[in-house]
Amino acid sequence: MAADTADPAAEPPLRTDPGAASALLVVRDLRIHFPTDDGLVKAVDGLSFTLERGRTLGIVGESGSGKSVTSLGILGLHQGASARVSGEIWLDGEELVTADPARVRQLRGNKMAMIFQDPLSSLHPYYTVGNQIIEAYRVHNKVTRQAARRHAIDMLDRVGIPQPAARVDDYPHQFSGGMRQRVMIAMALSCDPGLLIADEPTTALDVTVQAQILDLISDLQTEFGSAVIIITHDLGVVAELSDDILVMYAGKAAEYGSAEDVFDQPGHPYTWGLLASMPRLDRDRDERLLPIKGTPPSLINVPAGCAFHPRCGYTDLTGGRSATQVPELREIAPGHLAACHLTADQQRTIWAEQIKAKP
Amino acid sequence: MTSVITYIIRRLLLAAVMLLVITLVTFGIFFYLPRLAGQTPFDVAAQYVGKSPTTGQILSVEHKLGLDQPLLVQFWHFIQGLVAGVHYNYGSDKTYCPPPCFGYSFKNQQPVWPLMISRFPVTLSLAVGAAVLWLVGGVATGVLSALRKGSIFDRAAMGIALAGVSLPIFFTGLLSLTLFSYHWQIFPNLQYVGITQNPLEWARNLVLPWVTLAFLYAALYARLTRAGMLETMGEDYIRTARAKGLPERVVIFKHALRATFTPLMTIFGLDLGLLLGGAFITEYTYSLPGLGQFALVAVQNQDMPEVLGTTLFAAFCIVLANLIVDVLYAVIDPRVRY
Repeated sequence: MAADTADPAAEPPLRTDPGAASALLVVRDLRIHFPTDDGLVKAVDGLSFTLERGRTLGIVGESGSGKSVTSLGILGLHQGASARVSGEIWLDGEELVTADPARVRQLRGNKMAMIFQDPLSSLHPYYTVGNQIIEAYRVHNKVTRQAARRHAIDMLDRVGIPQPAARVDDYPHQFSGGMRQRVMIAMALSCDPGLLIADEPTTALDVTVQAQILDLISDLQTEFGSAVIIITHDLGVVAELSDDILVMYAGKAAEYGSAEDVFDQPGHPYTWGLLASMPRLDRDRDERLLPIKGTPPSLINVPAGCAFHPRCGYTDLTGGRSATQVPELREIAPGHLAACHLTADQQRTIWAEQIKAKP
Repeated sequence: MTSVITYIIRRLLLAAVMLLVITLVTFGIFFYLPRLAGQTPFDVAAQYVGKSPTTGQILSVEHKLGLDQPLLVQFWHFIQGLVAGVHYNYGSDKTYCPPPCFGYSFKNQQPVWPLMISRFPVTLSLAVGAAVLWLVGGVATGVLSALRKGSIFDRAAMGIALAGVSLPIFFTGLLSLTLFSYHWQIFPNLQYVGITQNPLEWARNLVLPWVTLAFLYAALYARLTRAGMLETMGEDYIRTARAKGLPERVVIFKHALRATFTPLMTIFGLDLGLLLGGAFITEYTYSLPGLGQFALVAVQNQDMPEVLGTTLFAAFCIVLANLIVDVLYAVIDPRVRY
């Protein structure tokens, strides 16, 4: 691997942030397509983003926007399936898309780990949680079973499971939902991964437990120094945790920027829709939420032009380009990108006057 | 561990109750239903006596067998016989039926149980041998098919499996006899030989029945295993195992297979239990002197005690097999113990 092509920092994608030199994860033009009998499903179609050590990226989008496919793609879990993966994924200076699957397997669980949505179905029902953590640790570390067991107990302790020495021998079904997710987190962090991907980590949990789990992820991130990707459809979750936000629509990035920018000055009509459909305490209770009209598009027949245009209320401002021309992701403010035909001025005006101004 | 023991004790008690109920129902079918149909105890006794008997002979048999007593008392005696044995006494004519006494066959002039137990090794040899074959063959084929879904191997295996499930044993059995025993003489002059007499001959004579019986079940198990394996490989915990970076072989053998086996075990217990009560068609096709053939002859001869005995014995085998499966389940699946 030649140094000039191997170093992703040589040509920082998207963001001209000098900090990109330290980027742990660089994804460039990632495409994940699934050939099916009905046609080619373009689950992820040209996605690029950068994540630095110790930072948190929130990937937001509706079901079927390609969020989970992206995360499984980074872990290389589409290999062998019928997926066609192209583009580049750089993890700590190593390219993963073209890498030997055996090498990606070594990195999986070790340098990059994942927490899944439903901790009950994601843990093996027949093995104790201790066994499952020990297994995750021992694949990547040559240690004795006793040492691995001590490590597992230590991990359970660190994720806040009471009496870890006793509970290590319990089965997943003997834990509550929140405790199970803590077990998943302990397992994911057991090899001290540089990158932690949390795919809807709180969706299957009780609301009161959700906040605890988010706090835990945030605390552990500080403690372990991992970079975290939080995948969710819940803007409240990303607001709480993320430094950067990537809004996905139909397999592409709709908007990408810092959390403040995306929440305070969102540029894409889809992001406006997401924000307007979020329940808020400071609004009148009689007022109805504003859902985004229509349904997410089929990924086999993505609408021509901007994939969002059939659901967008501002297409008449773009002179018909919405329906014919795919919008490029472009900078609307320093470090803040949106894929929309509206000019940055139009976006600012509409957001300030028509959407944010609503009581 | 204590939870496993309490679980086992609970299952044992349940199995005992189940056997009692089965005995009651079977007894009712054989002794109460005929009365509803208008048969008197005298008519029943008449079946047990030879041709053109005198009324005195019939009455003596009726009394000797206790057929003149109320049904509940008869049932009680039957249970007693199962546990402690029965003395059939009438004057100088004394007959002892040792426990477990399943009744007395007057056609054969001896207790039913020794007749059945002498046939049991044949059925046991047939069923266990075939079970080993179909478990190994069926499960291996199913797993390979699932892992190479859509491949030529998968299509060929599933095609053969469909044939295996569809073809009845009396067809495959007769075909194999014609080809391998008569035409090519690879297994000529099939005649059951006990394993204690000559193990080699025992195996040689059982190869064709084993393969024939196993073919049917292997086909069934290959399809079940394939479906189960495909379902398991789609489970979230398999994705987790891969996300941990486990080698694919560990994912398949440690995580997927164990979950696939569990439902198979239930079916296997039932199938084996059912076969141990008599592999009727296979035994009949290959003239194996097992329980199945015994039961068939008993039905042809209308030998009620023999039919009752084999029915109860078959039920007992199924209950026992189920009990073993339940206990194994508790060992394999920790969720069952609670």
